[in-house]
Amino acid sequence: MKVSSKPIIRIALTLFISILGFNSAWANEEGHGEEKPGKYDPVGTVMNHISDANEFHVWEGVHIPLPCFLYAPETGWSFFSSGVFEHGHKAVDRYVINHGRVNRIADASFPMGEVHIEGVHGKKEMMLVNGKEKEVEVFYAHHDGKEYKLDKPSTLDGGMMGGGITSFYDFSITKNVFTMMLAALLLIVIFTAVRNGYRKNEGKAPSGIQSFFEPFFVFIRDEVAKPMIGQKHYERYMPFIMTLFFFILFCNLLGLMPFFPGGSNVTGNLGVTMVLAVLVFIVTNVSGNKHYWQHILWMPGVPSFVKVLILTPVEILGLVIKPFSLMIRLFANISAGHIIILSLIGLIFVFGENGTNLGGGIMGAVLGGAFTAFMNLIELLVAFLQAFVFAMLTASYIGAAVEEGHHDHHDETHHAH
Amino acid sequence: MTQFVFFGGFSVMQPDPGLIFWTSVIFILIWFVLGRAAFRPIQNALKKRDSDIQHALDEAKRAREEIGKMQSQNELLLREAQEQRTAILKEAKEIREATIKRAEEEAKAKVKAMLAEAKTDIEHMSLELKTSIKNELGNMALDIAEKLVRKELKSNTENMELAQKLVEEIKFN
Repeated sequence: MKVSSKPIIRIALTLFISILGFNSAWANEEGHGEEKPGKYDPVGTVMNHISDANEFHVWEGVHIPLPCFLYAPETGWSFFSSGVFEHGHKAVDRYVINHGRVNRIADASFPMGEVHIEGVHGKKEMMLVNGKEKEVEVFYAHHDGKEYKLDKPSTLDGGMMGGGITSFYDFSITKNVFTMMLAALLLIVIFTAVRNGYRKNEGKAPSGIQSFFEPFFVFIRDEVAKPMIGQKHYERYMPFIMTLFFFILFCNLLGLMPFFPGGSNVTGNLGVTMVLAVLVFIVTNVSGNKHYWQHILWMPGVPSFVKVLILTPVEILGLVIKPFSLMIRLFANISAGHIIILSLIGLIFVFGENGTNLGGGIMGAVLGGAFTAFMNLIELLVAFLQAFVFAMLTASYIGAAVEEGHHDHHDETHHAH
Repeated sequence: MTQFVFFGGFSVMQPDPGLIFWTSVIFILIWFVLGRAAFRPIQNALKKRDSDIQHALDEAKRAREEIGKMQSQNELLLREAQEQRTAILKEAKEIREATIKRAEEEAKAKVKAMLAEAKTDIEHMSLELKTSIKNELGNMALDIAEKLVRKELKSNTENMELAQKLVEEIKFN
């Protein structure tokens, strides 16, 4: 009885999840085969979902391959589609796919070209991380009865977040890159249409898509750029502020879409927010006038020892901390939203005890579904709010950098940020 | 155990050079493309429209003021015209009254003159009549005297009768 009901429950729940657009927990087991079947790992599933990937998981068993541009110092560049991996059954030029991400077999004895592998499995191993013994999951590929250790793509965290430089670099069009490209394309198509609207309706009231986006544009101009940067300079920075706002907004909204081509955790990836924050840092400091640098390096009207000991170091730290806070704020908000929604969906499998408890599964679905609907509404708000906050803080940093010296009463408000 | 998977697998916190590269390329591309092709033109169009609207509002205000000015001018003109009309009417009335008065006076004078003339005429005529009556009476007296003189010559009675007859004749005449 129990044995026969299990597949039915699985199918029902999988269908339900497919409708919601989230791939089910068994996506991990399917094609990888090495993990214990039926064991639902909530943390691993959530982490896998918010991570970047080299293929687009549309629903159970349906993946859209993405182009891979890989560079290993040993073997040079490799270009192919992630479809060649046959979901973990093939290695190409020592590359294999592991949980949707390209990994590399560092062992030089492994043959180049297309090679069949039996599969990929993970093992918990004790490793020295940051000078401490820690248990880390290490993945191995099986070929000809031998195990080959897999390298993850290089990351620039210097080992602080468990990554580091490995044997290869992944410059592929990943899920996140694909979504960003889609956002960019949408932005260009939409705003070209809006621009044409202004040309067509010159001297007339706005119409169509133009009148939909005009309030956003006017809002950012009048409530963000003008008051923060000031009447005199704001026009120069409008393209930057607008691009930031709309790029973040579109990426956030695409991330909220639970089905292809959305669902990527673009702005919830530290790499993406880091680029945005670095650009803000560059634009702000390149715009900085004499008055701005004077206030940072040698604040007038303060005793020298205070400046040397406290004020100047703090101000210089502040230069970095401001964009750093932008980076963390956006990343944390969007990642947290994705994690909460995925966790609520995960309740179905936790309560359903991996498909053995139908009542629990239904309860989880009702509870998780209701909370997910609620969270999605909150995330919709957050998508707009975080784009707005990022644009506004950027405008305020630029505003502080271009401010003229003789408006001393304004300084207080800017330094308060 | 789970905690390690969490940190170890928290790949979203590991900045991937590929993702950084593509994010930079895509963002800088749309920054320049949209800035040049959309955001600047939109901003300029909005600015132009704002100034056009402001201009139109100012123009409307100015026109309204002008109309108001013209209206007050019209009112002034109207009032002036009314005053003029009143003055003209008053003058006309005066002229009419004066004319009537003059006509009356003239008529009176004329009547007076006519009456005076008539009086003189009457006086003249009555004088003439008197004179002619006197003359007639003189002539008649002469005639009577003549006839009396002739009858005298025949008989007294006859004279008397004749005289009587003559007198009667005079009465009839």
